[in-house]
Amino acid sequence: MHLGNFASLTLFLPEMAVTATILLLILVHVAGKNRQSAAPALLSLAGVGAALLLVALQPASPGRSLFEGMVALDGFAIFFKALTALATIVVIFMSMESRELAGRSQTEYYIFLLSVLLGMFLLAASTDIVMLYLSLELVSIPSYLLAGYLKGKESSTEAAMKYVVYGATASGVMIYGFSFLYGLTGTTHMAEIGRVLAAGKAPLPVYLAAVMVTVGFGFKIAAVPFHMWSPDVYEGAPTPITAFLSVGPKAAGFAVLVRFFYTVFASPDAVAGMWKLHPSIDWTLLFGVLSAVTMSVGNLIAINQKNVKRLLAYSSIAHAGYMLMGFVLLTPVGLKAILFYLVVYLFMNLGAFYVVILVANGTGGEDIANYSGLGIRSPFAAVSLAVFLFALTGIPPFSGFIGKVYLFAEVINRGVYWLAVIAALNSVVSLYYYARIVKVMFLEDPQETTELPVQAFPRAVISLLAIPTLLLGIYWEPVARVAANSVRLLAF
Amino acid sequence: MGLDKLLVISAALFCCGLYAILTRRNAVAVLMGVELILNAANINFVAFSFYVSRVIGGQIFAVFVIVLAAAEAAVALAIFLRMYATTGTVEVDAADHLKG
Repeated sequence: MHLGNFASLTLFLPEMAVTATILLLILVHVAGKNRQSAAPALLSLAGVGAALLLVALQPASPGRSLFEGMVALDGFAIFFKALTALATIVVIFMSMESRELAGRSQTEYYIFLLSVLLGMFLLAASTDIVMLYLSLELVSIPSYLLAGYLKGKESSTEAAMKYVVYGATASGVMIYGFSFLYGLTGTTHMAEIGRVLAAGKAPLPVYLAAVMVTVGFGFKIAAVPFHMWSPDVYEGAPTPITAFLSVGPKAAGFAVLVRFFYTVFASPDAVAGMWKLHPSIDWTLLFGVLSAVTMSVGNLIAINQKNVKRLLAYSSIAHAGYMLMGFVLLTPVGLKAILFYLVVYLFMNLGAFYVVILVANGTGGEDIANYSGLGIRSPFAAVSLAVFLFALTGIPPFSGFIGKVYLFAEVINRGVYWLAVIAALNSVVSLYYYARIVKVMFLEDPQETTELPVQAFPRAVISLLAIPTLLLGIYWEPVARVAANSVRLLAF
Repeated sequence: MGLDKLLVISAALFCCGLYAILTRRNAVAVLMGVELILNAANINFVAFSFYVSRVIGGQIFAVFVIVLAAAEAAVALAIFLRMYATTGTVEVDAADHLKG
């Protein structure tokens, strides 16, 4: 049953909290004289914190359909809302610490950041392709501006330009695909589209539309061959935004990919315990190849990188490839593996970027050479970066290992051995470039011997990111249970 | 005019847009290619809405696409202007400082 507009409002509180914060920030921007004060950051923190709290209080079951079928409120949406809000909070902490952003207008920055958050909330929950398109653009357009936020810095402007050109093209192709889905079914509601498509045969136009839509989603999660923008954007954008883009919009992209394919192209098959996609296309092969190519390209190009931000950009492409493994088989267990991996990935990736910001603040650079002797200059930063990098590699006892175990297990259980072999080889390759940074930090002599002290506040935030990274490698059961419970998608 | 003719027109427009994106080196021209693609989708939406669904869902979608295209163009042009101010050009080829 679809809830009407007024009845929906009480179940729409987190989104309203974010919107209210954005409006308040605009007022602060208009009224405030001091553009560098910390007030906007604290206000955004309060707003996002309130939103996170309201998300946690939302009832996950039964799943509800809000605003006449525009937005869903189910376990899946709540999971992704909590995940993206948490990522945003960490990114606000990073932004307060970043020296790149100091001296620039703060309010506008947080207005854009929170607009992206609102877009991600809606994207993970959209059940109508109009809503999906609107929220996708609400994520994209402020992201372009954030990537180019370092006004006057050539690389930042270039990053924004490449982002907007690739992004506009991808969303254009996607919307053309949507127009065919609408033409084939005569409705914009995703579940209705799925019902009409399931009744008919799977003709060529459906396949064409599916491929075009995949372009749009593939761009958001930076899957090869739609990844071309991401290394340049990640390198040129301010580092907190790089961290944000590699976790937040990527997670939202996975959410919308899963929800769209599950409601539009699939129907549940109770006997096999998995979802059946429309026949006539070998979906397992299609997504399996996409996953294998994405992780291989990401890892192989990362080997040669000298800039740590760019290296982490390629590594995040590779991680999108690993996560796509959970999507290949369209089983609830595979989905659970994706959700669990996203949680783990949030902590380890944001943690790595946080240390990159601290090192850039101290040494003025992001090249691997800047990390030489970091183990002597700042043992805390070096050890925590090593923890995050080994977790990203997927070595036990770090949490990345457990995440990968879940992803591998489902692929192997269902007999797609070739993909598991490729993923295992990729993990070995990734060890090489992650370990290279660790080697530079601990075994090479520092260029300068001055100490790089880490203040109490960044130390606390890094610890808050490092503790889950370690803890989830030993005791992951509660998070795995939450992930398993969140694989409940609204089916109407 | 039948549905098939409209679909041919929109497909032609889509191809022109894609061609412009792939061959043009000027960022503003690339943006014009994107607009062509979006308008191809709009023609599809309105045509399908009239011939297939008989409700106005598709036309509403087209209005949203037009609005978002305007928002996207505003942001893109602002970024290109900033690019022109820092580098003196809006050629896509000139943006080659980030690579590796």
